Amino acid sequence: MKKKKSGAVWMILPLYIFTIIFVAGPLLYMVALSFAQPKAGHGVEWIFTLENYKKILDPVYMQTFTGSFKLALTSTLFICLIGYPFGYFMAKLSDKWKKRAMIFLMLPFWVNSLIRLYGWMIILQTKGLLNHALKSLGLIDKPLRILYSYPAIVIGMTYVLLPFMILSVYSSAEKLDWSLVEAARDLGAKPFKAFWTVSFKLTLPGLLSGVILTFVPSMGLFFIADILGGNKIVLVGSLIQEQMTRGSNWPFAAALAVVLMILTTLMIMLYRKITNAKELEGVG
Amino acid sequence: MADTCLELKNIRKSFSKDETVLKEISLSIGKGEFITLLGSSGCGKTTTLRIIAGLEMPDSGQVFLDGRDVTALPPEARDVNTVFQNYALFPHMTVADNIGYGLKLRKVPKAEIKKRVSQMLELVQLPGYEKRKPSELSGGQRQRVAIARSLINNPKVLLLDEPLGALDLQLRRIMQLELKKLQKKLGITFIYITHDQEEAINMSDRIAVMNHGTFEQIGSPDEIYNHPKTSYVATFVGNANILKGKAEELEGDKVRVSLAGGSVLAAADGNTPAKAAPVTLAVRSENIVLDESCQRGLLAEVVEKSFAGGLLRVVLKLTDGTEVIASRYGIDASVQPGQNVTCFFEPENAVLVDVEKESGAES
Amino acid sequence: MKKNSKLSGFYLGLIFVLMYLPIAVVIVFSFNESKLPVRFTGFSLKWYQQLFSDSAMIEALGNSLFLGVVSCLVSAVIGTLGAVGLSRIHWKTKGALEYISILPLMIPEIILGMVMMAFFYMLNLPFGMLTLLIGHTVFCVPYILMEVKARLAGMDPSLEEAARDLGAGPFRAFWDIILPLIMPAVMSGSLLAFAMSMDDVVISIFINGPRLSTLPIKVYTQIKTGVTPEVNALCTIMLAVTILILLIYTAIGKITGRNQKNN
Repeated sequence: MKKKKSGAVWMILPLYIFTIIFVAGPLLYMVALSFAQPKAGHGVEWIFTLENYKKILDPVYMQTFTGSFKLALTSTLFICLIGYPFGYFMAKLSDKWKKRAMIFLMLPFWVNSLIRLYGWMIILQTKGLLNHALKSLGLIDKPLRILYSYPAIVIGMTYVLLPFMILSVYSSAEKLDWSLVEAARDLGAKPFKAFWTVSFKLTLPGLLSGVILTFVPSMGLFFIADILGGNKIVLVGSLIQEQMTRGSNWPFAAALAVVLMILTTLMIMLYRKITNAKELEGVG
Repeated sequence: MADTCLELKNIRKSFSKDETVLKEISLSIGKGEFITLLGSSGCGKTTTLRIIAGLEMPDSGQVFLDGRDVTALPPEARDVNTVFQNYALFPHMTVADNIGYGLKLRKVPKAEIKKRVSQMLELVQLPGYEKRKPSELSGGQRQRVAIARSLINNPKVLLLDEPLGALDLQLRRIMQLELKKLQKKLGITFIYITHDQEEAINMSDRIAVMNHGTFEQIGSPDEIYNHPKTSYVATFVGNANILKGKAEELEGDKVRVSLAGGSVLAAADGNTPAKAAPVTLAVRSENIVLDESCQRGLLAEVVEKSFAGGLLRVVLKLTDGTEVIASRYGIDASVQPGQNVTCFFEPENAVLVDVEKESGAES
Repeated sequence: MKKNSKLSGFYLGLIFVLMYLPIAVVIVFSFNESKLPVRFTGFSLKWYQQLFSDSAMIEALGNSLFLGVVSCLVSAVIGTLGAVGLSRIHWKTKGALEYISILPLMIPEIILGMVMMAFFYMLNLPFGMLTLLIGHTVFCVPYILMEVKARLAGMDPSLEEAARDLGAGPFRAFWDIILPLIMPAVMSGSLLAFAMSMDDVVISIFINGPRLSTLPIKVYTQIKTGVTPEVNALCTIMLAVTILILLIYTAIGKITGRNQKNN
């Protein structure tokens, strides 16, 4: 079947060429760029330097990294708190309701994320729905300034990334053998104890992979901070964008991207490890 | 076998360095013959079939079709068609489109295709099924469509890869008869693959028993069943007991063999084993007779007794630990586990096997 | 037990309401008479009228549709051929190629956007439709590649062999058998990619150039600069289109599912 082979080579050739030029190429160029010296304008001087990486260690920029990290952590925490019970409860639904819940969950997922964030803008603004509601309930006198603040960004991040967590927890809770929980109860465990020792332990891989699935993108979603945070909070994503456009320091932007990329890759590797462990657990 | 239709010459094939699937096999098949490649899974029978079809290239050796070397030809250029194990019907095409596909590729006019397709459906007893989709057919019907699809091109050889494997026992018996009838009617050479010895014996003109990438024995069903050449053939085809012993002396056309617990006579079948040479006997379980009075034959202990499928099955253990199974129709043996008995068989029911191997080992 | 399930049902319901709340708000206010999305003052379609008379918006929509369709078509060809090719060869570099080609789905969008901006600048490519097309194709290919790959993995390899056996050459067997069978996967992968292309801001904003705008970019800048009810109307239309695409997608999924059963 020699002919079949040569046919296959022609078939993957476009993919090979395209991938190497437009995926591998830019990424390698980014790495090279991160070791070059910036010049006025968009210029780059091809002289090897570690300055760009050293610059990241500068307190001003380190703050951006730690700030992004903190925001990602905070958002991830909220996502866990809201998403874990959701995924867990969803897995306990009857098959019919499971299917319905899944459709309802996926539908907003498909709606342009900008539209959904815009909806939050309308709700959160000073004269918006939330303040209106709180006021008429008599909970507040003066409208809260939520939009263009840190909480608004956290709300936006949580909102956009929540489905990833839910799906991850759901898929691991769905495989859970409920008879184990019943067995624990049967052996005398109180409901919470039974949950903690059996269900939680067995759904932990789902929770962890959900954490990574939400933590990684939350480092880079600069437009959420931009729309809901009103440019006040600078994240790594925003910093990269700024350095690429106004700052015109491409090598520095590249160095930032390389570091972000390394963090992401580490996270993905961790994720792979966890999902592999999950599979092993399934076998055992 | 007046004319040779297909010939395999010294075919070798391996998929990895350490594992040779086919070790220099040769076979010649006559026109209109129904030959079965019989063997357990992994013996190389499917690879042999795929090499004939052109779906696999041999590492060395040649394939001749009607005297023409077709080794290098791709599958589409060979006058050979295959019925795949899982039928491989095209799920997006109707029954008619499936069957007519071969003709469509040969640019036969549409009206002609339609006529031939309905003839084929008539032949496989599915008239009027043109518009159905494969998903709307039962297993047996899919099977028939697959056969019709491969026969419409009038191939010189039809290859069938365990075509009845997915069907239930009853349907399998019916299809066996139908396939045999069909083959007689069309006069096309059939190369049939199965691991079911009963199927092979029922249908074939000749059977080639394969094991570890070689042919153990090629012969008529009678030869394979009643005169197995190797212990593998004897056990795989006839479920025979294998008894190892030493030759003592020739007694006319029989040979006396000493075994654990006594000595027996076996048909020599033209073999003349030297005195004290190791010999292997194959005796099918239904030919073993028990003697509760312990007067005749080999001393043995009854280990287990069970009754299944109209057969009484008694497991015996000879004095050297060799297990022997005796089976008879009906429940006529009153033996109990733990009881000592003797067992014997008629000389003509004991076949000398592995003769070549043993004489080879001696020299 | 019953109390528990009621409680969890309430929780699920509450979160679902919060999930749909912003979407509902956008839709409701798109029909609002008043300019300010604070109180609903009366039903009106004037923002839709205004939207359709906004030539810059229409142009952006045109750009987005063109971009989505062309990059999906190109990706469909590259991704489908690539998936089929990958299933047939056993090179050592195969794994690496597969990994790199789905990398755009795994790395943060911002990185993808910035590296392409720098790379295109280095190549001296003029920023505009061409760079957008390349950029969108980069992240559209993996969707199609993965869908088709999954479909091929579930396909019986003897189907193609049967076609060859019956007399079809390699190309004919691909055209008659493989292509129709993987078509649903190509379609659903392309739709997914199209939706992603229509949704993308982060990558596009780096490589669109000074003059060209896509619909999401337009929405993004409008949202950032100030609230205009026109955006509400636009959002509602985009929502309707997304749901339409989703319906087509599930319809294809159903057909695919049925075909899968046939195998």
